Amino acid sequence: MANDRTKERGMMPNWAVGAVFVLAVLVVLAAPFWGMASIPLRALSGDVRTDSEAFILWEMRIPRVLMAFLAGVGLSVSGMVFQAMFRNPLATPFTLGVSSGASLGAAIAIQCGWTVTILHGVSTVSLSAFLGAVVSILLVYILTARSGQGVSPSTMLLAGVAVSYFFASLILFVQYTTDPSSSFRILRWAMGGLEHVVSFREVLGVMPFVVSGCLIVWYLTFDLNLLTTGEDFAFSRGVDVAWTKFLLFLGVSLMVGAVVAVCGPIGFVGLVAPHICRLLVGADHRRLFPMSLCFGGTFLVVCDTAARMIMPPAELPVGILTALLGGPFFLWLLLARKHDLESL
Amino acid sequence: MHNPANNVVLEARSFCCNIGGNSILRDISLQIHRGQYVSIVGPNGAGKTTLLRAFDRLLSGDTSGELDICGLSWRDWKQSNLAKLIAMVPQADSRAIPFTAEDFLLMSRYPYMSPFCTIRPDDRTAVRDAMAATGTTAFAQRRLNTLSSGERQKVYIAAALVQGAEIWLLDEPTTFLDYHSQVDILSLVAKANRELGITVVAVTHDLNHAALESDRVIALRQGELVFCGTPEGLMTSDTLQAVYGISPLLVEHPQTKLPMIVPRRTPKQDKETA
Repeated sequence: MANDRTKERGMMPNWAVGAVFVLAVLVVLAAPFWGMASIPLRALSGDVRTDSEAFILWEMRIPRVLMAFLAGVGLSVSGMVFQAMFRNPLATPFTLGVSSGASLGAAIAIQCGWTVTILHGVSTVSLSAFLGAVVSILLVYILTARSGQGVSPSTMLLAGVAVSYFFASLILFVQYTTDPSSSFRILRWAMGGLEHVVSFREVLGVMPFVVSGCLIVWYLTFDLNLLTTGEDFAFSRGVDVAWTKFLLFLGVSLMVGAVVAVCGPIGFVGLVAPHICRLLVGADHRRLFPMSLCFGGTFLVVCDTAARMIMPPAELPVGILTALLGGPFFLWLLLARKHDLESL
Repeated sequence: MHNPANNVVLEARSFCCNIGGNSILRDISLQIHRGQYVSIVGPNGAGKTTLLRAFDRLLSGDTSGELDICGLSWRDWKQSNLAKLIAMVPQADSRAIPFTAEDFLLMSRYPYMSPFCTIRPDDRTAVRDAMAATGTTAFAQRRLNTLSSGERQKVYIAAALVQGAEIWLLDEPTTFLDYHSQVDILSLVAKANRELGITVVAVTHDLNHAALESDRVIALRQGELVFCGTPEGLMTSDTLQAVYGISPLLVEHPQTKLPMIVPRRTPKQDKETA
């Protein structure tokens, strides 16, 4: 019965969602051994202080892969939440100004020369970017909460885009007034990437944010389904819409703020990973959430592994690769399924 | 003539609603009793939908006066409790809902669900029963987007059943529907009213139907209550003149003897002169 049903809708059956989970685990386990230099399996048990392969594996590759997975999860789940909440396929934290808010934060820190490392390896640039991201989400939240039921999601999206442009202009202004080397650092930061991740410290710093954000979203998966049908619908069926939206905004700002602070704005994942998952498993968030989580994480791990290997000895910023690899795949899926994203 | 107070399920006392500086509802006072079929009529922009939505606490803007739902001020209700009591049945518009009819109906069990919203067997039973009662079982696995307006409206009615509410608020349930679907939907609603004792409050433009089916009719014009009374009271030239500013042609219904509106033929001067 369940199988007939998924077949009719052209969607993956439940076991396939499980398979994606297994795939995610395998990719995360395998990815650290790939790179400019292949690392043999025995490095796992090597001594970090004497064995250089063990050092690379434990001190560089594994933290970086874990960070890529966490970042992918955070961005993909946040995108899924915003698309459902605004009922708009283009709504993601990044399209609503978070990336430019975070970049502005980083740009100001770089311009003012606040590039010291403060407590536990958190740099002021990261902190400033985190604040920038959270402030821009807060701005979107206030606009949404104030507008109530009178303002449509598309108006909200336009407001977000306007905020985004506003921040982008301020970044250009900061860049214009600063010296060339700082200007380049700002530009490089805005590309996003994982090469700053050089220890478990960053991973452990970001993990609590992403995990708590995901727990919030997991708790609200059915509420997200109701929100997809419209806020009035959800309210009429007993959903505390204002509280639910507050919790969702909280979860998203935790996830996106932490990820952006460490990795910079890595584009495309948050926009497209949830759409790819939606095409595969449908709009029911009880299936879509685990799918977005696994797929987003795996996708960024794959992209980052490729970014490390494509042009040795240089490492491409992963933000360049996400759209390069994901774009054609997404377009193919879109055309093959003849799906209308307007209906989410 | 006064009904016992506990039979009043919805009551407005000098209720006003302003949205963005425009007063949408002015000084509305009315009572709706348990088990009644009440129609809300009036010209476009009269505030009918705002009044209907107010009964489900879907209010935006400033309000004054009082609005009681089952004896409790609308401010004091918790929406998850109210959802067990009141169901909103929207227009069968083309809003994109990417769920199957069955999944959509399961959402109406939300007020009965525990945190994390696990679907239990009795949720599925409630959905199956509601689909059987509304004749929607056949498209349980079809996405709502792919249904016709009439089919979708039946699913919305099923949703009210699933929700287990005893008061249904319907917003122009038959607009956009063909004649056959209109009859289907209206007989479903009438059946719920008669057999299940559901209190029905329906916004409608179909005056004849409102007169035939309703126990009481509420007429609004420019945010004010113009008429609140029996169908016989509504179907008079004076009342219709006051509500719509037209004086229609009235004929007697062959079964109930109620006055019905028939359209006036527009004078065809061109033809006569030709």
